[in-house]
Amino acid sequence: MPEETNAQLDTDESVPPAEPKAAHMPLDRAIETQADLSAEINALGEAYARALKEGSSAETQPRLDYPPYRSSILRHPTKSLHHADPETIELYSPAFGHQDVHALESDLTIQHNGEPQGERIIVAGRVLDGNGRPVAGQLVEIWQANSSGRYIHKRDQHPAPIDPNFTGIGRCITGPDGSYRFTTIKPGAYPWKNHLNAWRPAHIHFSLFGTEFTQRIITQMYFPGDQLFPLDPIYQTIVDQDARDRLVATYDHSLTEPEWALGYNWDIVLTGPKRTWTENEALGAAGDEE
Amino acid sequence: MSNQTKLVPTPGQTVGPFYGYALPFEKDNELLAPGSPGSIRLQGTVYDGAGHTIPDAILEIWQPDAEGNILKKTGSLVRDGYTFTGWGRGAVGNSGVFTFTTVNPGPTKQVPGKPAAAPFISVAIFARGLTNRLFTRIYLPEDTEALANDPLLRSLDPERRKTLIARRDADGGLTWDVRLQGEGETVFLDFQ
Ligand SMILES: [Fe+2]
Repeated sequence: MPEETNAQLDTDESVPPAEPKAAHMPLDRAIETQADLSAEINALGEAYARALKEGSSAETQPRLDYPPYRSSILRHPTKSLHHADPETIELYSPAFGHQDVHALESDLTIQHNGEPQGERIIVAGRVLDGNGRPVAGQLVEIWQANSSGRYIHKRDQHPAPIDPNFTGIGRCITGPDGSYRFTTIKPGAYPWKNHLNAWRPAHIHFSLFGTEFTQRIITQMYFPGDQLFPLDPIYQTIVDQDARDRLVATYDHSLTEPEWALGYNWDIVLTGPKRTWTENEALGAAGDEE
Repeated sequence: MSNQTKLVPTPGQTVGPFYGYALPFEKDNELLAPGSPGSIRLQGTVYDGAGHTIPDAILEIWQPDAEGNILKKTGSLVRDGYTFTGWGRGAVGNSGVFTFTTVNPGPTKQVPGKPAAAPFISVAIFARGLTNRLFTRIYLPEDTEALANDPLLRSLDPERRKTLIARRDADGGLTWDVRLQGEGETVFLDFQ
């Protein structure tokens, strides 16, 4: 790994104040290129493939220590996680219900007076636990860039247009079968400052709760066939191809609505559970007191 | 349960830099109204491996109430001002400091045949540069006997154990810092 500069680690992942031609300026030798990063990513991938061949078990979660994602260098624990049996409060989850989330919050295209720009899509699927049981009545939160790859965030300086009709935040409560459904706009890819010419594949951030707090997860959903996958140090923090594939939605024509929106399906599987379930929970009655 | 097919869990990903307009909400870090009877301030600072504060981390806490009851109350996202739900979310500020208004967690009911667990607050930590969430616990410092008998704390060497025990402030609040890496690195938990 090349010498890492603190300056780079301290910077945000947005591009600097609008300077649209910045990418065409002469290469500074201190700046790392995609080729540098790809070489690191590929070397880690090859080492993992060798380990698999030699009998190591597959890695199903991202590596906390993944140097190509430069911001992780000083932010990953160096000691291995300490195994613990979940106890008391950890075996339960906070409860959310229709008091917390309005039904209209699952449609990101109706939050303003006008229609947002871009390709209207439906993203739907189910939240399941590791036993395949639906996670019913739980909170799902999403956030995303607009169709041109710009977030409504003061630190996003990407010189792409803000859409006055798109905020990019959605929430819903899962149904009795663990189902969720959002109507939104397909997000654009966006540049970031990990290295020169670094671009994130289009993605939607997802935040999920289970029936136990230890199932809590925040992740990102991607779109099928994105050419940026092999280049992206964040997607590649997951070194196992099968595991990476679990973050990629499937185009689903049965979710597509005529004259309206394309449909994508993405199911999410949480860890666990560890607690013995009560009958009510098994029936999906947990979570909502209304 | 052993005969059920186990599904492979979906991987996590970093929360990234742009959660700030999406995850925070009004009174997200006020599990009860500041100044109300029994309320305390829980605060701390998040540090990276160079000892620098991290300005883009967000924490969630989940805990029993002061009597040790584990609650199942909705309403965390739209707080009504008097219902304690036990869950809160707090982003750090530019100086890496987070604060919560909450209560001291009470001891939860003892499971027969199991040693009593000392009261603790469960924590999930997310940050830009952190590729997956981390779990840890915040223990109250007072009940030294319960701390000495706690199964998790007993499994840690004394230096590391300290990272999970909060300090009691003069005003009755709790201070507990997070060190993601390096000297004094916080103990993070794996439940799988
Ligand atoms: Fe993003």
